[in-house]
Amino acid sequence: MSRIGVFTCWCGENIARTVDVDEVSKRVAELPGVRCSLNYKYMCADPGQAIVREKIASEKLDGVVVASCSPHMHLKTFRKAAQAAGLNPYLVEMANIREQCSWVHHDRAQATAKAIEIIRLAVEKVRNDAALQPIRVPVTRRALVIGGGVAGIQAALDIADAGHEVVMVEREPSIGGKMAGLSETFPTLDCSQCILTPRMVEVGQHPRIKLYSYSEVEKVEGFVGNFKITIRQKARYVDISKCTGCGECWNVCPLKRNLSEFDYGMGMRPAIYIPFPQAVPARPVIDKSQCAKLIRNGCALCEKKCKAEAINFKDEDRLVEEAVGAVVVATGYKLYSIAKSQPNTTLAGYGEYGYGKYKDVIDSLQFERLVSASGPTGGVLKRPSDGAIPKSVVFISCVGSRDNAKGLPYCSKICCMYTAKHTMLYKHKVHDGQAHVFYMDIRAGGKGYEEFVRRAIEQDGAKYYRGRVSKITQERGKLVVRGADTLAGMPVTIEADLVVLAAAMRPADGVEELAQKLNIGYDEFGFLLESHPKLRPVETNTAGIFIAGACHSPKDIPEAVAQASAAASKVQVMLAADELTREPEIAAINEQTCAACFACVRTCPYHAIDRAELRTPRGAFIKNTARVNPGLCMGCGTCVSVCPSKSADLQGFTDQQVYAMVESLA
Amino acid sequence: MDVMPNQVVRLAQLGEWEKALKSRAIWQCVGCQTCSTRCPKEVDCAGVMDALREASLARGMAAPERYLVVSFQKIFLENIRRNGRLNELELIGHFKMDVVLRTGRIPFLFKDAGLAPQLGKRKKLHLIPGKARDRGVVERIFERCASEQKA
Amino acid sequence: MNIGYYPGCALHGSSNDYEQSLRACLGALDVQLDEMKDWICCGATAAHSLNHKLSLALPARNLAVAERDGFKQLFAPCPLCSMQLLKVKKAVVDERVRKELSEIVEADVRGESEVLNLIQMFEKIGVDRLKAAVKAPLQSITAACYYGCLLTRPPDVVHFDDFEQPTSMEAVVAALGAKTVEWNYKTECCGAGMTMSNEDIVLELAHKILGNAAEHGANCVVVACPMCHVNLDMKQAAVERRFGKKLGMVVYYLSDLAGLALGLSAEQLGINRHFVTQA
Repeated sequence: MSRIGVFTCWCGENIARTVDVDEVSKRVAELPGVRCSLNYKYMCADPGQAIVREKIASEKLDGVVVASCSPHMHLKTFRKAAQAAGLNPYLVEMANIREQCSWVHHDRAQATAKAIEIIRLAVEKVRNDAALQPIRVPVTRRALVIGGGVAGIQAALDIADAGHEVVMVEREPSIGGKMAGLSETFPTLDCSQCILTPRMVEVGQHPRIKLYSYSEVEKVEGFVGNFKITIRQKARYVDISKCTGCGECWNVCPLKRNLSEFDYGMGMRPAIYIPFPQAVPARPVIDKSQCAKLIRNGCALCEKKCKAEAINFKDEDRLVEEAVGAVVVATGYKLYSIAKSQPNTTLAGYGEYGYGKYKDVIDSLQFERLVSASGPTGGVLKRPSDGAIPKSVVFISCVGSRDNAKGLPYCSKICCMYTAKHTMLYKHKVHDGQAHVFYMDIRAGGKGYEEFVRRAIEQDGAKYYRGRVSKITQERGKLVVRGADTLAGMPVTIEADLVVLAAAMRPADGVEELAQKLNIGYDEFGFLLESHPKLRPVETNTAGIFIAGACHSPKDIPEAVAQASAAASKVQVMLAADELTREPEIAAINEQTCAACFACVRTCPYHAIDRAELRTPRGAFIKNTARVNPGLCMGCGTCVSVCPSKSADLQGFTDQQVYAMVESLA
Repeated sequence: MDVMPNQVVRLAQLGEWEKALKSRAIWQCVGCQTCSTRCPKEVDCAGVMDALREASLARGMAAPERYLVVSFQKIFLENIRRNGRLNELELIGHFKMDVVLRTGRIPFLFKDAGLAPQLGKRKKLHLIPGKARDRGVVERIFERCASEQKA
Repeated sequence: MNIGYYPGCALHGSSNDYEQSLRACLGALDVQLDEMKDWICCGATAAHSLNHKLSLALPARNLAVAERDGFKQLFAPCPLCSMQLLKVKKAVVDERVRKELSEIVEADVRGESEVLNLIQMFEKIGVDRLKAAVKAPLQSITAACYYGCLLTRPPDVVHFDDFEQPTSMEAVVAALGAKTVEWNYKTECCGAGMTMSNEDIVLELAHKILGNAAEHGANCVVVACPMCHVNLDMKQAAVERRFGKKLGMVVYYLSDLAGLALGLSAEQLGINRHFVTQA
């Protein structure tokens, strides 16, 4: 026989204005199984909770219904209160008579009647509730960080400093990401590498960070707290443990003229190379598509020169397994490809800007390398075609961004700021040069950002034209840029020596395959999806996997760093104890009746159901069955609806409970 | 252009019909379609220009005295309506007469007169051009497409 | 091969040298032009500038009549005409529009016939076949290929070549043994039908186009549009007078060059009827 307590809340005026709470309490007391029924002004407040606890004890209640607001608000509150009084928290239900009753109806009589029915359902549910226990999942107290850019570095350092081991996987031969290639950063004009490389070294030397460079995530198995990651260490052909980074090999390599990826094609590198001097690890890698020894068994000068005998032409990719409890994805971005050829059919390029046709039309990252002190031109701005110092440079904003016709309607956020920065760097290097900027809007919302842009215009003499560029052609050795200034209402033509296009930010290559391996979502542009855009910006819908940095959306360095620390703190919450507790309202399968059709295995969106075998204690096979993994199941109920033998059921929302609730209304 | 193409679109967005329909810009537009092709928001600017021209004429806001183009296009269409195909000599003759009558610019009658013998020499002048056989259907098509006066 | 042919008013008017060139050149390639009966004006610029419905109805009538007479393909050498016809094809995908237009033009508009411009005509014959038929490679020709507006725009209507950096005409010209230049006014408008009504614009545009072609080393300009030809050829003297500069740039139709390479004479192709006949 049930002893249920029903506590009806006035919620101040919110419920009591429309619902007659006294009438409700009186009528509800007559429902079968209800032991006590009362109402109070604010059930969620301390006195209200005290009443609940007191009644649980004095009336020996075995079930509680709180008729008030949405369970999203205070279900946890009341479950905690019940638990404090010694009642299993899963024997507490809420009847929403606010959002689903008093807030949407006007007629007092009808609203009151409806409130009573809602409570009747909740009482019926509680009568059939089981005293569930939270699920405990063991946790491997290590984390994986995918991506070694500034966001990945920040996350890794935070987690490692908190005392947990971190495995970092970086696809390039060195960590540092895009930030390592920038010249100076806004709004401080700090030298990018100067502020980043100390962090990079810290990662490289941290006792609790295991760095897999020139590696990729091959496979992801497992679930929150218990991931098994297979990492592919690509063959470097250099043994990092023996190599001292002396540089004899890349100095002697005869194949020096390969376009450097780090310099975005603005400079050259040998076939055996280190991407930049401050690389971490500071060890070279051999490009197997260019090395003479690897292609046709020639050369091998580097091997002969290497005193540490670290060159190994027989190197192969290696697969390594790591067990971790949490994953932070920080795979960063790449720039939109401006030329005609695009990676997929939803995107289009700009034929009118001559990118790819004229050597002196470059994109923003290429410009960064040309002005970077450690860049291919030693920080002297020499234009690609003839090495001349440009006296007139045109910067064009929104190339690819905010362009529905090209397939990217969003704003890339950082370009207004870095374009202003570019004009300042240009002016500081070429005192008699003139920078021209064609813009549509100026987005400078961060701290000190607006002032920074004004500085570029007012102190460093950059000329800003509000309008787009229609076409760039080459006449008599100059790049003729035809644009408009809509504020003056006239066309503007500039003869430039160099044109820099602010290309849109897109997620890095391969992010979609990685997201599928991790079972996290991504939008139509490939940006990874957060759990909730306002309140959960670093979590994903897959437990245990977090995101940080530009892989989530275009953002600048301060935001990437902040987001990385946020993700790290979520990871630390997860790794704080040896066990994770999860809510027990998940699916369970009656393995006796399960027909092993595995429809549930195929439909589960979280891949939380496995095929298993029932065996006798001595190991003899009885039957196949489906089995829910309590660590992964999110309680969506899809399996319950597809199971033909009705073997799958949702704890806390069983078929029996639902039927009972429906029948109570009849 | 007195108003730039993007400003014409903006005027339309703001509902400033007078300014848009009375502008010179819509008659200077040659209809080369570059604007619509390049627009990042896929606005059919050339189409907007076409629509404004049609509306401007329907409301009598484009004075042929001011804009020779208006006169030319109207006479062109009348020519096709009559002949089914363009009769160039008739077109030139009507156009010049119309301009002179409206603006009083007598010299316009003789403009490029030197070209006539040049064209004749090259057998490019057709004194008796071929007409379309089925001119009746052309007349009926024109009637059915007569511009509606908008409120 | 026989192909349906829609000349348009210009080719039967003062641009009949273009038709002469086409018949001679294509004839030498065994292509007979079957002029469709009962064609009417496509409406050109005047229709789409002044009356939207008319601008669809007039070319729709032509498409309907062509289809009625069994023409699966229609060669329209004037890009104004070909663009209008293609515009109708796109519009009648919407069944309501198709029905309305069919009623207005008193014929069933199906929009199924293939519409070809001159470059597409050569592509259909086969650029390789053309190359093989060349008897006198045009070694003295360094051409600036001028596309004008409507061969490649609007891209969602004509779906032809790259609208920023087209190369289809260059491919045909190269097959004839001539050289082409990279220049900057390939698709910039010449002023189209404003020759008489707004001469100032035409002269300014023509000046830029001819000037840029010369600057980039071309000794002639190649076109595939009668309006472009008029503005660049017939008006060249006026351009020279207005800007005080001698240009002397011959303007060929693409079929002129093809015909010459195939061994035909200038008289056969009507080149002697151009206004500018030598540099």
